[in-house]
Amino acid sequence: MPRKSNDRTWIYAALFAGSFLFFLPFWWMVISSLKTNHQIFTFPPDWFPWPIRWRNYLEALTFIPFLRYLWNTLIISAANTLGNVLSASLVAYSFSRIPWRGRDACFYLMLATMLLPPQVTMIPVFVIFRTLRLIDTFAPLIVPSFLGTSFFIFLLRQFFRGIPEALSEAARIDGCSEWQIYARIMMPLSITGLVTVVVFSFLWSWVDYLNPLIYLQSPEKFTLSLGLQQFQSSHALEWGMLMAASTLMVLPVVVLFFIAQRAFIRGIITGGLKG
Amino acid sequence: MTRQERLHFKNGLLFASPWILGFCIFTLGPIVASFYYSLCSYNVVREPIFIGLENYRILLFEDPHFLKTLYNTLYMMVFGVPLSLVLAFSLAALLNTDVRFLSFFRTVFYLPSVVPVVAVAILWVWILNPEYGCINALLATLGVNSPGWLTDPAWSKPALILTNLWGVGNIMIIFLAGLQQVPQSLHEAALVDGANRLQRLWNITLPCISPVIFFNLIMGVIASFQYFTQVYIMTTGISPEYGGRAGGPEGSTLVYALYLYQHAFQHFQMGYASAMAWILFLISLAVIYVILKTSGWVHYAEER
Repeated sequence: MPRKSNDRTWIYAALFAGSFLFFLPFWWMVISSLKTNHQIFTFPPDWFPWPIRWRNYLEALTFIPFLRYLWNTLIISAANTLGNVLSASLVAYSFSRIPWRGRDACFYLMLATMLLPPQVTMIPVFVIFRTLRLIDTFAPLIVPSFLGTSFFIFLLRQFFRGIPEALSEAARIDGCSEWQIYARIMMPLSITGLVTVVVFSFLWSWVDYLNPLIYLQSPEKFTLSLGLQQFQSSHALEWGMLMAASTLMVLPVVVLFFIAQRAFIRGIITGGLKG
Repeated sequence: MTRQERLHFKNGLLFASPWILGFCIFTLGPIVASFYYSLCSYNVVREPIFIGLENYRILLFEDPHFLKTLYNTLYMMVFGVPLSLVLAFSLAALLNTDVRFLSFFRTVFYLPSVVPVVAVAILWVWILNPEYGCINALLATLGVNSPGWLTDPAWSKPALILTNLWGVGNIMIIFLAGLQQVPQSLHEAALVDGANRLQRLWNITLPCISPVIFFNLIMGVIASFQYFTQVYIMTTGISPEYGGRAGGPEGSTLVYALYLYQHAFQHFQMGYASAMAWILFLISLAVIYVILKTSGWVHYAEER
């Protein structure tokens, strides 16, 4: 079978070339974060810089109020995660387990709203929060997740539908209330689905830029995304420090990915294949 | 309604109440309000003043940038979406050949998709730096001169598309899952019939995963109409060398959503921005409609 092994050589060559190109930006970010300004503005660039300059990280943590931004981002992400898990699981339970009139209409309405460009609702929602004097607080970044995010409701509904109907029916006959079925049967059996919601909810608020940009004004309330961009727009030539700060911002999500790799893949596939 | 049905109705509404509330406050109400604002002159501070279709008239017939921003957005879509679908499919097809180190390759290709978009944007401004950037260094070893990328009106949009291609990992994962569901028996039957690789790709693989292609196409189109954050960071006030002006050199990266944002939150012309949002919605609906109407190539397998 000489032809077949020849094919495999090409496949491996393409895969290694592809992964080299996809990995290169990460490598560039990390080596730039370890260079002095003099090393950075050198051509051709040094791909394995020596000596290594750790000072950029120290400067990133002190020049940029990095820890403040980190703390703000953590609070917002944690609150969003809590809100999404609570609201999406309750609504998904209603959409998958309680046969009520109008349920399917509501579900399709929810799917339809996923096609609406956020630009249409962005301005009136801003006006609402402005009227409530909540601009420059975390509320506009947190409250909506407690009122359900369509994607997570959809994801958990798919998940709940995979749990045998007989379980909740039996519990209902035994006199369990809907709350008990939800809390004691559906939630414990859906841990993997809930982990997917936790992971994506956390990731999305971690990387969100547009909402902090619209709603946050005081620098001490900035999230990492907004703070880093603001810093960059005033110190655009400090590449060493900027790359150190970027590395510090990327690191947590990379760690999260390696911890919850399967939840990531499950989330993407549920969204993509069954959608 | 029986007693049972009434109980279900009450419980169903109760459990769905977060979404019902959220839908009314954050979707239904704002849709109505947005349409009303689009007929008004409104700067947030003062009450909206009704001016009829004036915003739409100015936008469609007098705004000097409207067509330009639409062109930039459609450019990003027409070149960006097919390129990312082809790249994502190719990577997925390579991974679907029972290679070793599958999870290693999958991780390397997927990882850029989880990088925060602000970090992606800042990193790629540096990667695309025409003098000291990493792409220039690679091109130099091949003996090619690097274009000015983000500083050059002819290359700024390709530079943004290149940046986006780094994040195709999401789409690749969806394609890979789709490919893994293509029945092996079909390939074996075709092999027996003597079909070559290209014939099998064209007659078996592509029809089988056409729903997945369709899904990714629609999602890509929707995302390109809303394309904002990267272009905002990469070409807005990024540094003196870009003139500090939004929309890149000669407005070549002033995409629709960026222009809308400027009207809404920099000039506080909320009425005008709302009209822009409705036009965006109508155009995206029209494009999605055309895609749906021409979706004869999508084959749905019978439900099993």
